[in-house]
Amino acid sequence: MLAAVGVASQEELYAEIPETVRLRAPLDLPAGISESELFAELRRLAGANSPAGAMVSFLGAGAYDHYVPAVVDAITGRSEFATAYTPYQPERSQGVLQSIFEYQTAICELTGLPVANASMYDAGTALAEAVMIAVTQTGRKRVLVSRGVHPEYRQVLATETAGLALEIAEAACDDGVTAAALRAADTAAVVLQQPNFFGGLEDMATAARAAHDAGALFIAVVDPIALGILAPPGDYGADIAVGDGQALGNPLNFGGPYLGFMAVGEALVRRLPGRLVGETVDGEGRRGFVLTLQTREQHIRREKATSNICSNHALNALAALVYLSWLGKQGLPELGLLCARKADYLRARLLEIPDVAPYTAGPIVREFALRLPRPAAGIISALAERGYLAGVDAGRFYAGLDDVLVLAVTERRTRAEMDAFAGALADELATPGADRG
Amino acid sequence: MAEESYPQELKYFKEHDWVRVSGDEAVFGITWFAQDALGEIVYVDLPKPGAAVAAGQTYGELESVKAVSDVYAPLSGEVVEANGRLDDEPGLVNDDCYGEGWLLRVRLGDKAEIEALMDAAAYQALLESA
Amino acid sequence: MASTIYERSRPGRRAFSLPPCDVPERRLEELLPETLRRRAPARLPEVSEVQLVRHFTELSTLDYGVDTGPYPLGSCTMKYNPKINERVAALEGLRDLHPYQPESLAQGALELMYTLERWLAEIAGLAATTLQPAAGAHGELTGLLLMRAYHEARGRAPRKIVIPDTAHGTNPASVVMAGYEVLSVRSDGRGGIDMDELAAALDGDVAGLMLTNPNTLGLFDEHIVAIAETVHAVGGLLYYDGANTNAVLGLSRPGDMGFDIVHFNTHKTFSTPHGGGGPGAGPIVVRDTLAAFLPVPVIVREADGRYRFDYDRPQSIGKVRTFYGNFAVLVRAYAYIRALGGEGLRTASEAAVLNANYVLAGIRDLFDVPYDRRCMHEFVVSAEPLKQYGVKALDVAKRLLDYGVHPPTTYFPLIVPEALMIEPTETESKDELDRVIAAIRAAVDDAARDPELLKTAPHTMPVGRLDEVGAARHPVLRQRCPEDGV
Repeated sequence: MLAAVGVASQEELYAEIPETVRLRAPLDLPAGISESELFAELRRLAGANSPAGAMVSFLGAGAYDHYVPAVVDAITGRSEFATAYTPYQPERSQGVLQSIFEYQTAICELTGLPVANASMYDAGTALAEAVMIAVTQTGRKRVLVSRGVHPEYRQVLATETAGLALEIAEAACDDGVTAAALRAADTAAVVLQQPNFFGGLEDMATAARAAHDAGALFIAVVDPIALGILAPPGDYGADIAVGDGQALGNPLNFGGPYLGFMAVGEALVRRLPGRLVGETVDGEGRRGFVLTLQTREQHIRREKATSNICSNHALNALAALVYLSWLGKQGLPELGLLCARKADYLRARLLEIPDVAPYTAGPIVREFALRLPRPAAGIISALAERGYLAGVDAGRFYAGLDDVLVLAVTERRTRAEMDAFAGALADELATPGADRG
Repeated sequence: MAEESYPQELKYFKEHDWVRVSGDEAVFGITWFAQDALGEIVYVDLPKPGAAVAAGQTYGELESVKAVSDVYAPLSGEVVEANGRLDDEPGLVNDDCYGEGWLLRVRLGDKAEIEALMDAAAYQALLESA
Repeated sequence: MASTIYERSRPGRRAFSLPPCDVPERRLEELLPETLRRRAPARLPEVSEVQLVRHFTELSTLDYGVDTGPYPLGSCTMKYNPKINERVAALEGLRDLHPYQPESLAQGALELMYTLERWLAEIAGLAATTLQPAAGAHGELTGLLLMRAYHEARGRAPRKIVIPDTAHGTNPASVVMAGYEVLSVRSDGRGGIDMDELAAALDGDVAGLMLTNPNTLGLFDEHIVAIAETVHAVGGLLYYDGANTNAVLGLSRPGDMGFDIVHFNTHKTFSTPHGGGGPGAGPIVVRDTLAAFLPVPVIVREADGRYRFDYDRPQSIGKVRTFYGNFAVLVRAYAYIRALGGEGLRTASEAAVLNANYVLAGIRDLFDVPYDRRCMHEFVVSAEPLKQYGVKALDVAKRLLDYGVHPPTTYFPLIVPEALMIEPTETESKDELDRVIAAIRAAVDDAARDPELLKTAPHTMPVGRLDEVGAARHPVLRQRCPEDGV
């Protein structure tokens, strides 16, 4: 091959790299290993963790241990999907393109909005992009975000927009729901999450009206499983819906890759970030699918693009589509109701424990927050030793809420597990001086 | 797509725009050369009535499947009407660039600017020299 | 064409099974007030599990992945994705971890991330890593936000970022998202940055420069040392777009070239699957002077060998994504680097460069070669000579589909007319490379013999050329339900 290229040595191929920037020493990395050694090493690392499935988990807060059916792995593991690039050659990528089209349709159906893009990275980055749409659309620089929106989503919003000189104002969310009076004047967007970080259910319709009365867009951060039973954003007038699709067939994976989804009203189609697939025909009138409205995107519009996003989370979107097709029209509401019943049951059981009080007192669908008589951090540690992932300590995000525990209940939790957990928590709280927080 | 042509009765601007002046108003569009270079137009973004346009400045965008082009105002003035038919039929810019595919009707601010425009012969000479 | 999953749907069919309700069966009406409830169910498909599997299996047969055949798509590094990486990423102890479970129960995950950070720093020749960014473009945005924080900490607020005209579109788009202005500089006659233009562009208002090296022409910028010196001289920083790192692993490190911030695309360089568009990961590595600004949390190793997340970083820019990064992707990157080791990585880059030069040698007589230099891991030729037959780069690409080879990237970089950008990668054998060369030669032969054959290609795919104009003029972006009308 060297002869065909016309060089005498491999080294000659690098003649154009200045000698001063050539690396002449070997990289300081461990030497390569065989596949069986590699497997052993990764199994050792995996073994140093306690998978959620080996515990009884009530952890949620943006990542949920819903069961992932085997069909999801079977489909997303097919290498024609997994090892393909972005479908820039539509004639040879109809499978990926059609699946994205079907995914877009599913997100539209879930959210009640007419247009959904092909995927974003996660809920936090999708929220930041949604706010950027609103800023461009309204020409305003102020954003009003409820403190009930997941604190990490808000952190991502603040970080990613740091160069855009926005004013990000916060709406109070003191009792588990966002304060009713929203100061939306001169605001590009009002952002609420449904259900919010504490599991509380917001009056989205009223918030949307307040936003629209002030000429602002209303952005709803929503949970796709809860949308099986909760009113969709399109019904209460949201202009943009974003959320995380992790719960739709994507494993916990220690936080990623998850799935940012985004849907908008017709008026915002040309401001959408990311890829979009559209239906069309070939020369013989056969249906086919293509990437469309690409002039929005970075590879064409460069500095005027709606976003810099290129790689997205297509395979996670495929997992979500397979999962939603598995659940279907009947399964999603059934799952939503099952989670709501179990969460309702657990909350009632835990509130029987002396000195445990509700933080989210109203209706819930999967997640809720409790006030404990002691800091949550110590309780979480103590219960971890008993095999429970008890929930999230709200105090790690909210000053003054050290005693608030946020718990989620998926369909995988049994009554027996919940009863035993209630017993363990009661036991722990009854132990004097056990506060290890 | 129509045959290449550059009507005598129109004035031309170096950014490949044509102007049809009548009284205090003018109609803007893009030339055959411009629409041919852009390819099939899929979307047209134009200013609303009342907006100001300035000679030599961009006032809108034309999009093909894989490209976006700014459109430049040959003359200054205030927008009276944008061609609303292009919302649903952007291909009119390709099919009939001097007729149904017009872009903007403008009330002129400074009619003296017309002097700086080219006639058809001068514009064609510009195309040939490029 | 395949039916859609919605067209396969029949009322009442189901694939799902849920655990029984073992708690009191309160009615939805008791649990949720009417104003919060959904009125009508989402019209999701109703199919059996067999139908579901057959549907997506049929769709998969319409696609082409790295496992299908050669994929010389320039700038995308479509190398083979080792199967062991999938197996280890699926280990329950890695896959079934909740991001908020106690650190004491995730020590293996933290160790893996901590170790990978250090490996990436060594490969980059820089000091500190964040694994958070989800993709290359996301790494760019993160890097630019780090630049902003760096300058602010020095009481400066420069406004511009310099970018060469060969840059990926993500570069200028990221610059604007970070609140900076783009200052574009042209390439010189050898395809590198024009040093005179660069000198003229640089002043105290320049926050930094973004560069891909080797660049998108597949050429190593010979002036890199001088570029770094002049940018640093005005107080600017250098950002390395790592899209083309596959050319130089173990051969030349961005840090040694003078770059201050580097992103890697794990889905290009470190063999994590592209997934039909994602997910990838875009970790970034920075010089020690920028480490304090990295996103939170940072993983630290205590004296007793335990790992923990450190959120107490007062100068941090914050968080660029929820949780910690695309962990399952990073596991695959870890496995890849661990399997190859330092020497293996260098060998991979050497083979990638040799393979690109071999394919170039095999087809250069057919095309214009705009910059006649030794290429690195990819190269760009112009299909202008085929204009004599009325044939365009796009037509060549479509004809290659008929020959069973995935086409190269077309019409990029923008400065080369009728560009074909070819990156074979190191994982193609000589036989496969010969097949790619033969396919390209056959397509060009066809162009001379029967141009119509190319202009109407492909002829062997499930669909012919699709009406993209119609798709853009009247977008149909979701399946309509029959009851909605059209």
